[in-house]
Amino acid sequence: MKTKVVNLAVPQVSGLRRVAALAGGLTLAVALSGCGSSEPTGIAPKKYTDSLFAVMKADRTNYTKLVVARLGPNGAGVVKPVEHWQDIPDGTPLPAQMFRAGAEAVSELTDEFTYSLQSIWPINAQNKPKTEMEKKGLEYIAANPGENFYGEEKLGGVTYFTAVYPDVAVAEACVTCHNEHKDSPKSDFKLGEVMGGVVIRVPL
Amino acid sequence: MKSLTWAIWIVLTLLLAGFYVWKITAAEDKSDLLIGAATHGHYQIELACDACHTEAFVGTEGLQQACEGCHAAELKEALDSHPQKKFTDPRNADRIEILDARYCVSCHTEHNLEKTQSMGVTLPDDYCYHCHQNIDEERESHQNLAFDSCASAGCHNYHDNRALYENFLVEHAGGEWLKTNAVMPSLSEVKQRVDYTPEAVASLQEKFADIPHAADDKHLQAGVSCSACHGADASSSPQWQPAPGFEACQNCHVKEAEGFQLGRHGMRSAQNLEAMRPEMARLAFKADAASQVQDCHSCHQAHDYDTRQAAVESCLQCHDDTHSRNFMDSPHGALYQASMAGHLPAEQAITCASCHLPRVEDKIRGVSVVRVEHNQNHVLRPNEKMIRAVCMNCHNLEFAIDALADPALIESNFKGRPSQHIPSIDWALKRAK
Repeated sequence: MKTKVVNLAVPQVSGLRRVAALAGGLTLAVALSGCGSSEPTGIAPKKYTDSLFAVMKADRTNYTKLVVARLGPNGAGVVKPVEHWQDIPDGTPLPAQMFRAGAEAVSELTDEFTYSLQSIWPINAQNKPKTEMEKKGLEYIAANPGENFYGEEKLGGVTYFTAVYPDVAVAEACVTCHNEHKDSPKSDFKLGEVMGGVVIRVPL
Repeated sequence: MKSLTWAIWIVLTLLLAGFYVWKITAAEDKSDLLIGAATHGHYQIELACDACHTEAFVGTEGLQQACEGCHAAELKEALDSHPQKKFTDPRNADRIEILDARYCVSCHTEHNLEKTQSMGVTLPDDYCYHCHQNIDEERESHQNLAFDSCASAGCHNYHDNRALYENFLVEHAGGEWLKTNAVMPSLSEVKQRVDYTPEAVASLQEKFADIPHAADDKHLQAGVSCSACHGADASSSPQWQPAPGFEACQNCHVKEAEGFQLGRHGMRSAQNLEAMRPEMARLAFKADAASQVQDCHSCHQAHDYDTRQAAVESCLQCHDDTHSRNFMDSPHGALYQASMAGHLPAEQAITCASCHLPRVEDKIRGVSVVRVEHNQNHVLRPNEKMIRAVCMNCHNLEFAIDALADPALIESNFKGRPSQHIPSIDWALKRAK
């Protein structure tokens, strides 16, 4: 694996998502440690995307367990996690939508990395793998539970470091919703299984 | 001889360049710079060049900012199905090479009227194909459907699908085409909708007791003194204004003024162009109204603020297209006339404004209110915007979808029933089983 310099320029905006803040913080830390060296320094892409994924996974799990499970229909019943959540006063995004909302918000703050949630069994067909690297990565993490996938690919004339991480069913609601959804191509998911993958890209 | 030719060429070139520099930067009339007729949405302001071309040679990003400056709020409200942020992920690089959906101008090219289709789209009608070519594999019902029918058959819109998404279709399936006791929403009290601190009405009436009709004046009854509109207040406007216009009205009727300036009646004024007149428009208007300057008082008469008149008679004094001419003979027109005759309550009167300047829910100073949206275009394009905001007050979803997809029925001002049935609700119900 080649080690490349990842030099983020994250704007200082209040309310910046934690992933962006983490990325900025890591870059700063490495930049400071590299003072005095003539060689370019930075975070290795793998370490960088691994760190981003840690924050994403923590936030995703927390939203699912601390908000949706606790306040949704299986908890206090004060919010409704539904696909068209914006259309009802007590609607709240489904965990996958919350994750995508984060990805879209980050894309408006920085173009130094992007991420998305995909699956080879998606409810929304637009979230199935598109590039060869996505297909290889999602199939790899599904076949090798607990492992990640890393590679490089060229899209639109730009070379990207692409990392694919397993997205695991962390709550019973994940499993029942996907198994029962009319558009789900798979209906036998089990708790703790890989349901899809988080794809993080960093331009090199 | 050769030197003279060169000198003449250089002088002529400099003169020509100077002329265009002057045109671009200083000339008031920039019509010579127009490279083609503008779309129906923008033709009124085509000479307010800097509304879109914020700099002389603005690039795509600059144009995008200009588009968003006017349209971002409505796209947000519409829960835009295809926002720019959906296309910035590199995994869509192959798609944006074909159709760069990150920018409005990729689909809406201005000054290209001859190639402009409905909704100001300048692409062939089958543009959905580029990303959704496999839809027939996901939806059995969509097999053998033509891609130029996605957005033209009453089923989908590119941006606003609030009344067309699958769950909404299922949730609102069924019901009678006309609801019993159908009524339009009641407006909130005026004091909730305007930004004005009223004065003591009794003292105002006493002060203006000698002025004819003062006691009947709605503004005076609401605690608005003469000087609030006409000036002659030493502290603010010492000069008496005999015919105060938009500038005076907008001080209190803030939301109404905002809507007016976003719509066809006030968009020229908003760009500091001469106010709109029917003779400048592309629609059919009555000849004797051709020079009617559009401002608040072209619909609301001074000291006679009968909104029922503003909701129909004011429109028909100018508009002379088939849809408008058919209003009085239509079922909606009959309800309006029955209400004016005192046979029906005002909430059952359907007017031009019921559909084109609808009553919408909003928050003013933190309070939920129902107000009149004065942007006549707000729910007009695409017309499915009307379904939730207007039609479903009285009709079921199926009738509303079918009716709005029937151009002949619209032309007749909804005299009769839809001639075709849009199967989207049926398909959604079938999938939901």
